[in-house]
Amino acid sequence: MRAGVIVFPGSNCDRDVAVALGRSMGRPPVMIWHGTSALPDLDLIVLPGGFAYGDYLRPGAIAAHAPIMPAVVAAAHAGVRVLGICNGFQILTEAGLLPGALLRNAGLRFVCRDIHLRVENSYTPFTQLYEDDEVIRIPVAHHDGNYFADNATLAALEDNDQVAFRYCEPGGEVSAAANPNGSLANIAGIFNRDKTILGLMPHPERLADPALGSEDGSRLFDSLVATLS
Amino acid sequence: MSVAPAAIAQHGLSPAEYAEIETILGRAPNHVELGVFSVMWSEHCSYKSSKRWLRLFPTAAPWVICGPGENAGIVDIGDGQAAVFKMESHNHPSFIEPYQGAATGVGGILRDVFTMGARPVAILNALRFGSPKHPRTRYLAAGVVAGIGGYGNCIGVPTVGGECTFHPSYDGNIIVNAMTVGVVERARIHYARAAGPGNPVVYVGAKTGRDGIHGATMASAEFDADSERKRPTVQVGDPFTEKLLLEACLELMASDAIVAIQDMGAAGLTSSAFEMASRGGLGIALDLDAVPQRETGMSAYEIMLSESQERMLIVLKAGREPEARAIFAKWELDCAVIGTLTESGRMVIRHGGVVVADLPIAPLVAAAPAYDRAWIATPPRAATVNAPPPPSIRAALLTLLASPDLCSKRWIWEQYDHMVMADTVRRPGGDAAVVRLHGSGKALALTADCTPRYCAADPVMGGRQAVAEAWRNLIAAGARPLAITDCLNFGSPERPEIMGQFVGAIEGMAEACRALDFPIVSGNVSFYNETTGSAVQPTPNVGGVGLIADLARATTVALAVGDEVVLIGANAGHLGASLYLREIAGSEAGAPPPVDLAAERRNGAFVAQCITEGWLAACHDIADGGLLVALAEMALAGDTGVTVVPPRLEIPLFAWLFGEDQGRYLVAATSANAERIVASAAAAGVPAVGIGQAAGKDLTVSDADTISLSELRTAHERWLPEYMAATPEASEG
Repeated sequence: MRAGVIVFPGSNCDRDVAVALGRSMGRPPVMIWHGTSALPDLDLIVLPGGFAYGDYLRPGAIAAHAPIMPAVVAAAHAGVRVLGICNGFQILTEAGLLPGALLRNAGLRFVCRDIHLRVENSYTPFTQLYEDDEVIRIPVAHHDGNYFADNATLAALEDNDQVAFRYCEPGGEVSAAANPNGSLANIAGIFNRDKTILGLMPHPERLADPALGSEDGSRLFDSLVATLS
Repeated sequence: MSVAPAAIAQHGLSPAEYAEIETILGRAPNHVELGVFSVMWSEHCSYKSSKRWLRLFPTAAPWVICGPGENAGIVDIGDGQAAVFKMESHNHPSFIEPYQGAATGVGGILRDVFTMGARPVAILNALRFGSPKHPRTRYLAAGVVAGIGGYGNCIGVPTVGGECTFHPSYDGNIIVNAMTVGVVERARIHYARAAGPGNPVVYVGAKTGRDGIHGATMASAEFDADSERKRPTVQVGDPFTEKLLLEACLELMASDAIVAIQDMGAAGLTSSAFEMASRGGLGIALDLDAVPQRETGMSAYEIMLSESQERMLIVLKAGREPEARAIFAKWELDCAVIGTLTESGRMVIRHGGVVVADLPIAPLVAAAPAYDRAWIATPPRAATVNAPPPPSIRAALLTLLASPDLCSKRWIWEQYDHMVMADTVRRPGGDAAVVRLHGSGKALALTADCTPRYCAADPVMGGRQAVAEAWRNLIAAGARPLAITDCLNFGSPERPEIMGQFVGAIEGMAEACRALDFPIVSGNVSFYNETTGSAVQPTPNVGGVGLIADLARATTVALAVGDEVVLIGANAGHLGASLYLREIAGSEAGAPPPVDLAAERRNGAFVAQCITEGWLAACHDIADGGLLVALAEMALAGDTGVTVVPPRLEIPLFAWLFGEDQGRYLVAATSANAERIVASAAAAGVPAVGIGQAAGKDLTVSDADTISLSELRTAHERWLPEYMAATPEASEG
């Protein structure tokens, strides 16, 4: 698998995701500076977490217009897999590669803690090493992760199995109490229609190492390696 | 012509200090020069009331690479690496404007660390707010926490630990101290000593604006009823720009182009230029027209005194400017040559083509005022107190765990990204945070500690205790304690009783540092934390750093089923100045617990040995609230109950459970290891006694008082979020 991580000014999880990908791939991914306009040949493009361009205007709004983004959009349309984590998810919605928007958390505060996720669709390149309805534990760390979409978009997401993960109780129950940010239908991550693009607010790269307490996040990267190698 | 007395006073200078300026210059200073003297001779920058006492601190050890005097302290952590760290105050600005005050406090301490070439890997903080009943406390706490998070989260350095307590003495002056820890390859350490006449002086980072002018002077005076009007002296932070500055500086530092570098913090361009030149014994010809400016029409006075954030001053090797320009252009930051090093020993500042200031550097820095201020020792308090028994052990424990000082601070640390960089091995909530050294099996243990109520009762003992507790926390985490940074927060040094507190705390800290081989490598003093004559409790916050050579030896505080619990250290049931006395009996009387430094060291060395032997399943130091609070914290962390079986006691049970004797730990182990621990302790002259066993889901004290873990957890977790969510009217009733 050939993987590349886009580095925007203000990205701050670029190293973390590169380390996690490196563990799964056996070698590090390429780091790609936002200011270039061409991409190397890749099987996977990662938009990492952070505060690209300071999140000024709206999270992801300026990054969606970075010099590298036309090439990312073109590659995505050509079927190259794209993974956006946290700020990367926000950029994907701003760039029109995923539907909906990420609003300010319902509690109006930044929230950093481990949450439980229910795997909603394990028949994708990103999630094939998870089971349907499996509950995994990985952290969130964001101020703007409150997923919103209009009713028609939401219905389409559900009808096409585009919901990847939902916030849930440790036992798997999807409840308001388990929702850290007010997301509609407890949505934590979504695919595009073709399941070639995944955006999610939680950080799988932060629990992908036994020394940090769990490897629940690693299987997402392992799934991609298994599919794309 | 002399400067008018009103202008001198407005600049925070005394008549005697002004006279000294005229002596140094042989003439009256102009407006720009007066401004420069004002900030350089402010308490904040010159340490004029504290420096004679700070010399008492032990600052050397074989593992210390750089002690106080630079931007931060540096210790060797092996394998060619070093840890760089410092703690600093941002009390005054945070009280005036909590979000920006706290945010720029974090930004400033981050720069102090990365200006030395280190990549910051962790942020800690020590927060002291006024009474929860005070109408401003909720607003200040919310703003400070959001500001710390807003800055650290964006720049992508985890905020991994700290302290937060409440006391009415902070009603008019909160304490906001931030600490940053960084890691650097030893060969890449950068200092702030100018060298090489003819080398260019280069300004990099954000543009200069009119914010923060006279911030250092503001922070060197007490507040009055009008402190709100000082809001324009508070800087405005931009963590995004700081992130770019961090990456750009580290990229340039990977080459050998830099001779010296210092951040523009308090007193901005003035202090960075004067201090770098002073360390190198050189002069600078400075051209203010070349300084990147955010707004037009700024005067030389404003440019020199601006405390705009996210700026650095660099002395480059001549000819390396294009390299620096290319890196800063890539990161979309300004980079401008604004001066040249000279052999004159003078700071010659031009603006609009004319010389606007011409000052000798050495006299200005070296001859800064130094005072031997009058002080009187804090009178001792009665060693014994009359502590009434509680209504029940159960009620007392629930009250303590839900009290503002002991309750869970989850509401705070969940607003901080404490996991970014993916090396946080022990998250907030334990004894010390543990951050792995990236790509290795080693880690740093980090803690921030101080017990201001002890310092108020007995500054010497309180100073000792702050250092000892930091040391103990690092031991309990499985680390070898290396060194500390400090931030000394006191009232006005012009009052002898405050100066007495300061002198006492320093004496106690220095004793503990010597006894524990735990030198002080950096620090900061914040005086004038008082409003209309009412000062904060003396608050010498200590930030400790330790090394865990093998992560497999890092401990946990979590109890597990079957663990035997052993108490290490003597338990005399000391209740003076305890939280039990304050929260249950409503009294702040009494002397604090004595800190026997020999016993502290002996007990700590013994616990460290038990960890090395692999005997411990869990370990926790005993601090505020005493033994039962520590045990409850271990039970909650492991979601495992425990039954306490006290040994034969010569003191009342409640004193044994809630006393705050120092030098104590609770350790958990299998019963075979517990026997080894007790036997080895006897041989080492360390008190150790089994006190219970972990099982079930209840905490039980000698079958009289039983509390379920869920009830404990609710009490522990509920207070802070409910307090922060309540309306002021509701909580003040």
